[in-house]
Amino acid sequence: MHPALQGLITIIIGVGGCLGYFYFSNQILDKVIFPPKKNDAGRNINRANAVRPWLFLLPAIIALGLYLAYPVFSTLWLSLTDRSQDNAFVGLANYNQMFNEPKFWEAMVNNMLWLIVVPAVSTAFGLLSAQLTDRIAWGNIAKSIIFMPMAISFVGAAVIFKLIYDARPVDQAQIGVLNAVWLQFEGGTGSFLFLKLLPGIIVLSFAGIVSYIGWLTLKPLLPGETNQGGGLMAIARLIAVVITAYIIVRSLLLAVGIMSSSLPYGEPQQWLTLPFWNNFFLMIVLIWIQTGFAMVILSAALRGIPEETVEAAIVDGANPFQVFFGIKVPQITGTIVVVWTTITLVVLKIFDIVFAMTNGQWETQVLANYMFDKLFRANDWGVGSASAIIIMLLVSPILIWNVYNARKEMQ
Amino acid sequence: MDGMAGTSSKLTWAVHISAVLLVALWLFPTVGLLVSSFRTADQISSSGWWASVFSSEQRTVIRTVDPDDFRIEENSAFAVTGDLFAADEEKEVIAWGTSSREVEAYAPGDLVDLGDGESITVDSEGTYSWKGNEEQLSGRGKRVFATVVSPPDFTTDNYERVLFSGDSTDGMAKTFFNTLTVTIPATIIPIVIAAFAAYALAWMQFPGRAILIASVVGLLVVPLQLALIPLLQFHNNIGIGKGYLGTWMAHTGFGLPLAVYLLRNYMVGLPRDIIENAKVDGATDFQIFTKIIIPLSFPAMASFAIFQFLWTWNDLLVARVFLIDATGETTVMTNQIVELLGTRGGNWEILATAAFVSIAVPLIVFFTMQRYLVRGLLAGSVK
Amino acid sequence: MADIKLTDVNKIYGGKVHVLKDINLDIEKGELIVFVGPSGCGKSTLLRMIAGLETITSGRLEIDHEHVNDVPPAQRGIAMVFQSYALYPHMTVRENMSFALKLAKKSPQEITESVDRAARILQLEPFLDRLPKALSGGQRQRVAIGRSIVRDPKVYLFDEPLSNLDAALRVATRIEIAQLKEQMPDSTMIYVTHDQVEAMTLADRIVVLTVGEGIGQVGNPLQLYERPENEFVAQFIGSPAMNLLPGKIIATGKQTTVRIAGGGVAVSDAPSKSSDENLKVNVGVRPEDFSETKGDYIFEGEVDIVEALGEVTQLYFKAQKGGDPIIGKLAGIHSGLRGETVRLTAEPNKVQVFHEGKSLYYR
Ligand SMILES: Nc1ncnc2c1ncn2[C@@H]1O[C@H](COP(=O)(O)OP(=O)(O)OP(=O)(O)O)[C@@H](O)[C@H]1O
Ligand SMILES: [Mg+2]
Repeated sequence: MHPALQGLITIIIGVGGCLGYFYFSNQILDKVIFPPKKNDAGRNINRANAVRPWLFLLPAIIALGLYLAYPVFSTLWLSLTDRSQDNAFVGLANYNQMFNEPKFWEAMVNNMLWLIVVPAVSTAFGLLSAQLTDRIAWGNIAKSIIFMPMAISFVGAAVIFKLIYDARPVDQAQIGVLNAVWLQFEGGTGSFLFLKLLPGIIVLSFAGIVSYIGWLTLKPLLPGETNQGGGLMAIARLIAVVITAYIIVRSLLLAVGIMSSSLPYGEPQQWLTLPFWNNFFLMIVLIWIQTGFAMVILSAALRGIPEETVEAAIVDGANPFQVFFGIKVPQITGTIVVVWTTITLVVLKIFDIVFAMTNGQWETQVLANYMFDKLFRANDWGVGSASAIIIMLLVSPILIWNVYNARKEMQ
Repeated sequence: MDGMAGTSSKLTWAVHISAVLLVALWLFPTVGLLVSSFRTADQISSSGWWASVFSSEQRTVIRTVDPDDFRIEENSAFAVTGDLFAADEEKEVIAWGTSSREVEAYAPGDLVDLGDGESITVDSEGTYSWKGNEEQLSGRGKRVFATVVSPPDFTTDNYERVLFSGDSTDGMAKTFFNTLTVTIPATIIPIVIAAFAAYALAWMQFPGRAILIASVVGLLVVPLQLALIPLLQFHNNIGIGKGYLGTWMAHTGFGLPLAVYLLRNYMVGLPRDIIENAKVDGATDFQIFTKIIIPLSFPAMASFAIFQFLWTWNDLLVARVFLIDATGETTVMTNQIVELLGTRGGNWEILATAAFVSIAVPLIVFFTMQRYLVRGLLAGSVK
Repeated sequence: MADIKLTDVNKIYGGKVHVLKDINLDIEKGELIVFVGPSGCGKSTLLRMIAGLETITSGRLEIDHEHVNDVPPAQRGIAMVFQSYALYPHMTVRENMSFALKLAKKSPQEITESVDRAARILQLEPFLDRLPKALSGGQRQRVAIGRSIVRDPKVYLFDEPLSNLDAALRVATRIEIAQLKEQMPDSTMIYVTHDQVEAMTLADRIVVLTVGEGIGQVGNPLQLYERPENEFVAQFIGSPAMNLLPGKIIATGKQTTVRIAGGGVAVSDAPSKSSDENLKVNVGVRPEDFSETKGDYIFEGEVDIVEALGEVTQLYFKAQKGGDPIIGKLAGIHSGLRGETVRLTAEPNKVQVFHEGKSLYYR
């Protein structure tokens, strides 16, 4: 049979079965179980209506329960058992084993790096492009183009960027654009400006922003300020401050490293095999994909800002940058948080890009790929499930926050 | 703010220029793939794709025709004439040489004395004339090192090969249909299921509704990685193993939270009066759903459909775990590309073409349905 | 075609909010009943309970002598017209009007006939193939009414059907509804409105609902206007609201005489017993029932504001301590009264006397 025909038949059976369930189950309910007969029509209709919600919900509840809720517990259980010992309960042995593997910690550190860089850069670029495209006549075309990578698969994007990162021996023409550009640098002032000063400034300003956030977090704890939220909040703030301090120190060191490094000019580079830096080359792929999402949402939020507040600021003498950072950005912080968390969720689950481009080699491992490796290559379900539970733990703060907000909204 | 007095035109220019740069940066990678898919393997490996839109300069070694067969005798001297390029090639020689050490020694049209009365000349169109005695013009053809400029040249051969070459390992045709077979039900089934559930959660009264809504919000962020092993076990236990059915079910399960969430949010916003009026008119819940809610919820369903379509079409993980078995009969496009990356990492013409085939459909969907996509995004994330 | 009977009907939301309390009401076949009352008093809730869109917390609802508490809306033989029209936006006018008939499995011929007849009555023929978004507000309203007509229900329920229309259209549509009612003398109609003119002109009887205290009064429009049962109804019906002047009964009998605190004397046709002497009461007089006098007066005061409306002149007097300002409405033009002291009086049969909120006329 032609694959197209075969596909068509399977499709019809699958979709038809689903539609059939809803139609016939309702028919049976109304005509057979509670038929609206003469004397108790009203009662039977009411009884049928009490059952109907569950009829409507049944497939969804089954699918959600079976495919999302049950696996959470099942995976938790698997992570506590050992398959090679006949699924015996082994307590935290799998976790122990995992924590002793350097590859796991590599994946953890890399994932944290992804978590910091990708949401921040995507949101920043999204904000920038939203602001730029909202002000020009051909903005919608520009938006379409920046948004377009959204439709491209991670695998497709991996191919696209592999072409960009391609390297050839030095005596051949470079077909990867990054190496072609790289070979233009020879160590002169241009090289210094673009490869040392500019990245250094970017890293330093990142450190600056982080310190500002850290300062805002710390401020309520200082003597003389009122600390709302009690002890738990104070502890959370302290932890956040420690983390930001760590990030600041790391980025300062990074900046120094960039400035003082001696770069191998004139040699084509295998970008994806440069330890540490290759993580960033992978992240660029995701940033390229996610920026459009951030832009679309932030642009809608920016357009939702009451025009009067902006006009009032202009009348008060604010320049465009002051208007943007002082008036507009504060009014869309809620949306920025939403965008940030959404991208964070994507990052936590990132798999395809790493899988297709490096498969975790050259110190680019991330959690999801580590897990896939354990599950399907090493066939170690225990450790694989344990790493899946780690991913679950990382998303659960967002889960709790979302549910809390949803419940608040329904009141 | 347009037209406000004193808006500086410098700033406007800066905005335009930055926007152009940003757009170019974002477009550049995809264009690279597209252009590469229309080039031959030689072209791809000899120059960057960005050069292909201009005339390209290339160094090649070409042998003249075999003198034993083609030499012509003239006054006891011999000559071989011919063209370095095939008749339909529009190339131009800008320099040439006869030894590998000096490949650019001569200009087109130079008559080069090779000693003992042997000479050769090559003009810019590639016609050569090689003269000498019987001994000199024998054996193999003479090597000519030519620096050639060729005009932009594109070919659709790669697509023919990737799409229509039957069952070869490079072929994408079968995987294309496999992907479609995964995608279409995996898009429609969750919409149907979610629409009914969303209606119940939005407009029907029953105990436990609030908890169900909260659970949907919670399940929205559960990573599907957790589900791989338990579900694979489950599929094996109930006997469906790896295959389309299991894949559809997995995609349905993973797509449902977003679908229910989006659709419920949309349906709650429909006017209450209309639904009540339908009740007074004698419609049952099922009729209200099919005759009123479904037509009115079309925009929300369209936007979810696009998400789910893009997500299932682009998916690799679910397909690898739940669909593709040892026979590889049911391979989908994304997986095929990953395999190609492994086996044909250097064959950019195949890779680029295969990748472009796989992203073409999502891109078409994206550009035609962008409106709904944006609307869905906004409904899903902005409160 | 049906009479509706509500017995001790209550509505409590979420176990706490007691919106409707002990509603007892008999609606006769062919009557046009109007529900009025302040915003949030539960008019819509009561209507929706009759429609079956809202459950009845306790009490009994009968339509046509049938107990219908648990009968779903579609089986109650009712049709409802919503304030927002609730037209199905994805259906044409014709489809909107035939939807209910199709659900009831009527034959296509029958459907076409009913729709065409309704369209003729409401002059909707040119628009039958349009979508609702291509209609004006008034046309949409007529479609909503047409949609209920085609079903030929026993009871029509209207929830503020005209409040989204502009003033001129509202008058025109009101007259149309009145004509419609005349064409269908057998159908019962229940009509909720905020607009007193609508209530007074359309209603056979008006039901005034209070906030949380059940029904204030049921009666025909003029009865409610001339003989309100209580202060609530007295102040709710009529605009500007009836003036209330505190006082004390000084003479009883067939007529009651009240000395108004800080001034005049009011004589009312309301009867009283001799034991009522010295009873603290409120005297109610409608602004339009006041007339200027030089002799005995009910109220004397300094005019604060004069509003000359041409046809009438409204005089606002300085508010008495803690109370609302007293308003008088005199026919014709009376300029130059500002700052003057004016005496007002009224005919005894236009003077109400309320003791503890209840009118003496109803004792
Ligand atoms: N689902 C509900 N839960 C709790 N209280 C409700 C609910 N629906 C309505 N109410 C309350 O019941 C009261 C009556 O509402 P209803 O809509 O019947 O008022 P109404 O008289 O029609 O007012 P309006 O003239 O403004 O339309 C209001 O105070 C309202 O807040
Ligand atoms: Mg109301």
